[in-house]
Amino acid sequence: MPASLRELRERKASVSTIKKLTRAMELIAASRIVKAQQRAQAAGPYARELTRAVSAVATFSNVDHPLTTEKANPRRAAVLLITSDRGQAGAYSANVIREGERLNQLLREDAKEVVPYLSGRKGIAFYTFRQRELAKSWSGDSDAPSFARAREIADELIGAFLTPTDEGGVDEIHIVFTRFVSMLTQRPDVIRLLPLEVVEGAEAPAADDVLPLYEFEPSAEDVLDALLPKYVASRIHYCMLQAAASELANRQRAMKSATDNAQDLIEKLTRDLNQARQAQITQEISEIVGGASALADASAGSE
Amino acid sequence: MSVSDTASAKHLEVALVAAERTVWQGQAKIVIARTTDGDVGILPGHAPLLGLLQGGTVQVRTVDDEYFVAAAPDGFISVAGDRVSILAENAEMGHDIDLEEARRDLERAQATGIDTDAGEEELRLAEARVRAAEKAG
Repeated sequence: MPASLRELRERKASVSTIKKLTRAMELIAASRIVKAQQRAQAAGPYARELTRAVSAVATFSNVDHPLTTEKANPRRAAVLLITSDRGQAGAYSANVIREGERLNQLLREDAKEVVPYLSGRKGIAFYTFRQRELAKSWSGDSDAPSFARAREIADELIGAFLTPTDEGGVDEIHIVFTRFVSMLTQRPDVIRLLPLEVVEGAEAPAADDVLPLYEFEPSAEDVLDALLPKYVASRIHYCMLQAAASELANRQRAMKSATDNAQDLIEKLTRDLNQARQAQITQEISEIVGGASALADASAGSE
Repeated sequence: MSVSDTASAKHLEVALVAAERTVWQGQAKIVIARTTDGDVGILPGHAPLLGLLQGGTVQVRTVDDEYFVAAAPDGFISVAGDRVSILAENAEMGHDIDLEEARRDLERAQATGIDTDAGEEELRLAEARVRAAEKAG
């Protein structure tokens, strides 16, 4: 038995509203991606210059810095998981969380204790629902991360890294985030943040780039001391910007398919509605015809 | 070609870069920055240098003989092959800073004190902004 006309009409109206909503969210996400990409581009020069400078110091001085020193027996590993604050982004958060779980598993197999740091409400919800301990979490600006936020995270992580392991410090730090490959492809990815491997990453200078002999003021150690924390912050910022662009791209795609699904549903409901209406009309006509012929038969019989 | 010839023919490619944007980019005749070891004037042909800025201001004279001051608190300067990069998280052009507002910020930072790292950093930032705004004005 098909639903009544009124019911179908109501359902169609509600699906139309949902479609308008998802369409609006799709457009908003699309316009924000452009902004996110511009932000990522604007942050490029700083990251590039910083990388050049750090490489220069590392190449032309024999300085051992705590942030670049590999610890002999790593026992505790921090994992910074970058997720989104809001849902409606398809499998974005689920994917990056799954990648994080995989890394946690791997670290545990190496007999390392995992110390989770989280950015984004989705990840926090995942961890608190499972009643896991969080070292620290940040949320509120996953789709437009500021450099100040990246600095805050960097300071916290560097602090943990420089604390001796027995006093609650960590021996290495990993970041799990989503790399923005293109509008169509975003891949969850893991990088090791600390101890630093200086010449690596997307902004590393090309091999034929000649690094000149530098003068350091006041000294190579001091320059490195000031540079490395900034470099760490810049890398975290880079990861957060990539994650933000990925989140928006995922949201746009999820909302696009939601809009398409709503459209399909509307078409189906329209057809059901037409069919129900037609059935009703047919029934009314046959009732009238039936009634009329019954009347005709009755009057013919009486004559 | 003599040294003076190369110097006069060349100019510096200067980039003043903040964490989230490039504040200024262009060609300059001279850049004067104060590092922890004192003022350095950088002319074309300068030896490669990496220095930490102190006091937070950088003066630049462009090829068009324009002169400006920028605030670059806690930044550093990198010179390599006539490319000068001044990096500071909160770099700003001196003439973009509202002097009155910067002074108020400075007073507030001084009132908060320098007990914490954050307070100290805020004070340095405020000082650099006031200095840059004063020089620019």
